[in-house]
Amino acid sequence: MNTRTDRRIRIGAGIIAALLALGFLLGGILVLLVATDQAPDVVALLGDPYVRSILGFTLTQAGLSTLFSVILAIPLALALHRARFPGKRPILRLFLLPQALPVLVGALAVITIWGRNGIVSDALAFLGLPRLEVYGLSGILIAHVFFNMPLAARLFVAALDRIPAERWKLSGQLALPPLTVLATVEWPALRTALPGAAALVFMLCVTSFTIVLVLGGGPAATTLEVAVYQALRYDFDPGRAIGLSAIQIVLTALVLLSTFLLGRDPAGGFGTGAAARRFDAQSPVRAGFDGLVVLCGTLFVASPFAAILVSGLAADLYRLAGDAAVLEAALTSLCVAGAAASLSVVLSALVLMAIEALRFGDRKGPVRRSLRIGLETATSLVLVVSPVIVGAGWFLLLRNVTDVLAAAPYVVVATNAVMAMPFIVRIVGPALSEASDETGRLAESLGLAGLARLAFVDWPAMRRPLALAFAFALALSFGDLGAIALFGSNDFVTLPYLLLQRMGSYRSADAAGLALILALITIVLMGFVERGFAGRREAGT
Amino acid sequence: MTGRQPNPASEAAPAALVLDGVRFAHGEMPMRFDLAVEAGEWLALIGPSGAGKSTLLDLAAGFLRPTAGRIFMAGRDVTGLSPAERPLSMLFQENNLFPGLDVFRNVALGLSPRHRVSKADRKRVEAALAAVGLEGYGRRRPAEMSGGERQRVALARAFLRRRPLILLDEPFAALGPALRRDMLALLARLRREGGEPPATVVMVTHHPEDAARDADRVAYLEAGSVAAIGATGPMLSGQADARVARYLGLAERPG
Repeated sequence: MNTRTDRRIRIGAGIIAALLALGFLLGGILVLLVATDQAPDVVALLGDPYVRSILGFTLTQAGLSTLFSVILAIPLALALHRARFPGKRPILRLFLLPQALPVLVGALAVITIWGRNGIVSDALAFLGLPRLEVYGLSGILIAHVFFNMPLAARLFVAALDRIPAERWKLSGQLALPPLTVLATVEWPALRTALPGAAALVFMLCVTSFTIVLVLGGGPAATTLEVAVYQALRYDFDPGRAIGLSAIQIVLTALVLLSTFLLGRDPAGGFGTGAAARRFDAQSPVRAGFDGLVVLCGTLFVASPFAAILVSGLAADLYRLAGDAAVLEAALTSLCVAGAAASLSVVLSALVLMAIEALRFGDRKGPVRRSLRIGLETATSLVLVVSPVIVGAGWFLLLRNVTDVLAAAPYVVVATNAVMAMPFIVRIVGPALSEASDETGRLAESLGLAGLARLAFVDWPAMRRPLALAFAFALALSFGDLGAIALFGSNDFVTLPYLLLQRMGSYRSADAAGLALILALITIVLMGFVERGFAGRREAGT
Repeated sequence: MTGRQPNPASEAAPAALVLDGVRFAHGEMPMRFDLAVEAGEWLALIGPSGAGKSTLLDLAAGFLRPTAGRIFMAGRDVTGLSPAERPLSMLFQENNLFPGLDVFRNVALGLSPRHRVSKADRKRVEAALAAVGLEGYGRRRPAEMSGGERQRVALARAFLRRRPLILLDEPFAALGPALRRDMLALLARLRREGGEPPATVVMVTHHPEDAARDADRVAYLEAGSVAAIGATGPMLSGQADARVARYLGLAERPG
């Protein structure tokens, strides 16, 4: 095989993979809109005051969540980057954990800490103050900040890490005072990360489903996603579901568009965390202040984990572990997550290798350029259509053709696979393009193609990021409630679905135990897969 | 072996920089530096990459902490002092300027890290800019300038600070040969005009011809220590030390 054939195969495979993903994403809803007479009257829907209030709440909660997440992340990132103390790396790792935690478990933990009967309320009641009301906007905000503030903080720390070492040396040598360092060194770096971080958080909050489902509810605190779900599961109003889905797609598309305009690649660039050496003058006041900020931030992020652990251990775990329903749900979850993550990794890798093949081609015509941009956009478009919307489309379409419940596992696996793609592409893409920058010409000049190129060039570059990406996809799918919320039934129960059922029937001890099991499984899976691949690399060399 | 075991107490005028048994572990390689630089001297550090030239400068400037040994500047033990407290200015290969600040502000930071600039200070900054041939460049941003101009700004700030010791970590390495020569000539002039005694210069370079023109002495570093040190002429002709000759490509190749 020569390099040109190799490139053609790569490009072809990537296009097929991208088309599969896109077809699945939009297929359901497009076929519904075009082939059936269920096209919604969007104009009438927009005039409906109920729909308007939902749209308003969706935007308001996302805006406020973003504001709080970002504003709290900035001082935290600054303090984390500046302070020197032994537990810094564990704290930065802790800040990764919310991403690995199933959203439903996080929501439950927020109720445990901040709810009417939570620790904070108990403390307030002890002081003679009223207890907190967690359901509604305030709870949604707390949960969104819990999930997104650490993400933003890590993005900011990564931005601070990218500051050239000489700049810290220079500030140390010139004895610049803290405010001058903030203005001349830190703020310019933060400012470059700010639009991207804010847009990413806003995007995540606009499409947030599980948190609003659990903590919101009622006309006053419902988002578009939850309204689509309710229109299908409770009211069974397909027309409204499709209309709301269309509005949600347009809304997220607009947000995503502004994301690209504001800052490139919002999810890109996680720092390994505070590698820079700084030479700030020692100041006990500032060290104390930094310590306090880090302590508060760490407490806020760690407390839900502690709550999961404490209340989970209080549950009858032994009985739960022997419960046939739990075991079956765990097995179902494992199968769904494993299948989804594998599918997702394969599709993403194919698309990425096609992008690289197009980038490095000998012909740089406009066709290849637009193909490349098309592939890049395809993986991002996945962000526009959330699991609930994809599920809603297929739910309504399959209803006309077959038994929805029979097709449920396939739809859930495919939905979860496609949902993980943007993350995988962002994790693996930079490593792959760095590798082809380094060795692409060499491989080309040696005529490396086919399996040899895959084995010697692409696989070594992708192995570690793919492992991380696989772990991410696994955890994401394992904890997902979006697709299963629509397709779950008594015959098809995953762990998050089971947890939701037990929460709904007020079996809170069971729920706490299940939440602990679910959290442990996702976190262990992440660690296991990542470490396994890293170990194999060391053994191989 | 002068400079191997320096004794700061016995010098008539205290040496500008003394590294006394300074140890540092850089990854796998243990480093040990012994070096004495006389006041007013211009010393060039040469040697293969990874030999520890930049590490030596970072140790002297206080950006790295030695695991053992002491560092003296003008007779004073500075081992425990922070970078800001040491009587020196250091120029890096790049990123010597804050990109968000204009040229004037970048230079003024050398006088005072505070925001306000007095009238007298303003005059001094402008004079410093004029001295490096950048009169009227005060409002420019670093991004609008060439690499050579940016390093001139850095030189202006370094000399405005009037520190007796200047450490150069290849600030001119990225410039072409002619420009590099100009910059070294500018440095030499600024140093002469800076008053008596002239500032002591320790310069890392990969270009022996740079050392030949200006340096009084040359130190050759290899594998984390000062392997040889001596007057510039004999060192660069390869007669002083066989290792230096091999590094410079002057040694007779057997066979």
